[in-house]
Amino acid sequence: MSLALRVEELAKHYVLKSETVRALRGVSFDVPEGDYVAIMGPSGSGKSTLLNLLGCLDQPTSGNFFLRDVSIAQLNDNQRSEVRAAHIGFVFQSYNLIPQLTVVENIEVPLYYQGNLAPDQRSYCKQLAEMVGLGDRLRHRPTQLSGGQQQRVAIARSLANNPYFILADEPTGNLDSATTHDILSLFESLNEQGKTIVIVTHEDEVASRVKRVIRLRDGEIDSDTRN
Amino acid sequence: MILKRFFQTLRLGVYSLLLHKLRSGLAVLGILIGITAVIWLVAMGEGVSYQAQQQIKDLGATNIIVRSVRPAQQGSSASSGLFLEYGLLREDFDLIVSNIRRATSDVLEQIVPLREIKKEARRHDLNLDVRVVGCTPEYLDLNHLTIDRGRFLTDSDNNPPENVAVLAAEAAKSLFPLENPINQTIQIDADFYRIVGVTEDRDPTAAIGGSLDSQDYNLDVYIPLATLRARIGDMIFTSRSGSREGEIVQLSQITIGLKDLTYVDAISEIVRKIVLEKHPNKDVKVIVPKELLRQAALLRMMFNVLLILIAGISLVVGGIGIMNIMLATVTERTREIGIRRALGAKRRNVIAQFLVESVVLTGIGGGLGVAFGFLCKPTINFARDLVMEISPETANTLPTTILELQPIIAPWSIIASLLISVGVGLIFGMYPAYRAANMDPIEALRHE
Ligand SMILES: Nc1ncnc2c1ncn2[C@@H]1O[C@H](COP(=O)(O)OP(=O)(O)OP(=O)(O)O)[C@@H](O)[C@H]1O
Ligand SMILES: [Mg+2]
Repeated sequence: MSLALRVEELAKHYVLKSETVRALRGVSFDVPEGDYVAIMGPSGSGKSTLLNLLGCLDQPTSGNFFLRDVSIAQLNDNQRSEVRAAHIGFVFQSYNLIPQLTVVENIEVPLYYQGNLAPDQRSYCKQLAEMVGLGDRLRHRPTQLSGGQQQRVAIARSLANNPYFILADEPTGNLDSATTHDILSLFESLNEQGKTIVIVTHEDEVASRVKRVIRLRDGEIDSDTRN
Repeated sequence: MILKRFFQTLRLGVYSLLLHKLRSGLAVLGILIGITAVIWLVAMGEGVSYQAQQQIKDLGATNIIVRSVRPAQQGSSASSGLFLEYGLLREDFDLIVSNIRRATSDVLEQIVPLREIKKEARRHDLNLDVRVVGCTPEYLDLNHLTIDRGRFLTDSDNNPPENVAVLAAEAAKSLFPLENPINQTIQIDADFYRIVGVTEDRDPTAAIGGSLDSQDYNLDVYIPLATLRARIGDMIFTSRSGSREGEIVQLSQITIGLKDLTYVDAISEIVRKIVLEKHPNKDVKVIVPKELLRQAALLRMMFNVLLILIAGISLVVGGIGIMNIMLATVTERTREIGIRRALGAKRRNVIAQFLVESVVLTGIGGGLGVAFGFLCKPTINFARDLVMEISPETANTLPTTILELQPIIAPWSIIASLLISVGVGLIFGMYPAYRAANMDPIEALRHE
């Protein structure tokens, strides 16, 4: 089975005036295509740091990181932007929709930065909205939607560029348990269709429904288990 | 493709600006005022300089004017005792004619000598201070005068000298309020003159920068030059501050009309040389309207530079307003910037987004400014009418430049205004846009 991600001895040190914070101290793991992984760990263990690296938002201090077989670690800002636009789908805890845009327009944003605006993109984005159950809300603005609905829009948006994997940062952190259940079902169905998903989470409910859990502690992998 | 992207960015910019209508409106206002000011000032400047140019053109750009000037009084040492003798001589006229003919053949359209004297014209019990102008038939065309009734002077009036006169409109009206003046007589000094014609009204020319006094043609009485010499003579008495003084002047002015503008420089050189030789004491001066035109053009250019300076300052102020708004926008939308970066926006995409917004702002300001610019003429006319109506006395004290000013909207000022407003948007939007683009995406996403 081919790999979606390969992480090799990835380390990130934050150099401050008085000290060096070693947020990640050499983490290695592989994520095969179609995997569904939760990254867990206590506060300060390095989850967000790892997520930023996997999302190509940051550069590692050392180690390497491959998306399929493309090495990411040494890319510059522009190239990382291109990788994000083409291959990564983001879902955030606080939804992070753009308030002045409508539902479809929000879903379109990644396509816009991808550089190849297909003429049928509008109908494609409508299909995505329908898939997450918001076909009747296309012209609404984010403020007119509930938290669960906003997160659905965000998931639809993360799919727009047909990414190698979806990177979700506490996607259910702001939702009640019923809505959390819905969102997890949505992720599950996406995973069944073959999407690779990596979720950073605190919640055991989430951890119990994924295929694999990686636990971090003090910037190192504490455990890596399959459900 | 690229166009589509651009329109998408544009639409986004407009969206975001509409989110803060008041704020965007105020920023637009700053640019609007600057641009309106540019267009109004340029329009008025063009209007004034057009006026000046018209006045100079009235003198005739192909003309060279040689005029006698009364030298400054040098106390009691007046050269010939009681009589002050100065100015152009009849032999100067012949000399100028022959010199021009010798230098280049066939450049003269006409050359007109004239003598003017302030006199009192009488008819029965009516009398009127007029300017008696002794001239030749060419005077009519040279000064763009037109005949209303009768005829103008002819060569046969000059030779032998006949006692005939042509009246200007105002003089005719004053001396013959009721009847037709043709074939009636008027008296000047002891002589009687038969009226053969009346000219139409002509607007007075304004004084031109100290070179020439303003001329009101409407109180003129035209008689043949030869008649003037025979009846009135060169010698005249004027009463100045009680004491009577005499002057001896042969000709007041010689106007040289050339066939083409290109001859003006060379011929004026020749004329100046003669004048310098014959009149070293500066009792004759040479006025070349073409040179005045050049000076007027220079003045206009200087005026425009000044305007650009003023406009520049007001646009910098407007631009600072834009920068201020854009910095606020960028800070406010840090989160949005983070989201867009995470979704794959490059730095230059972010720069483009905010630059488009600031250019939209200044572009709208520029567009509206141009629109308000077009209100210049109606507004000025309205204001002038208002002043006339409310207090005609104040209106009459205003200089004619203002009373007759017709602003002219220069096409270049519109194009420049639009370009400048876009330029201001680019320049003052640049720093805020760079600031947005250089944010760390991780920090920006964390921003509340
Ligand atoms: N920009 C930074 N500069 C300096 N130190 C940082 C920075 N970001 C993170 N750290 C440090 O790195 C370590 C790991 O932080 P990280 O945010 O990855 O933890 P986390 O697992 O996401 O915690 P939480 O669950 O509370 O979000 C912490 O000690 C944190 O203080
Ligand atoms: Mg965290």
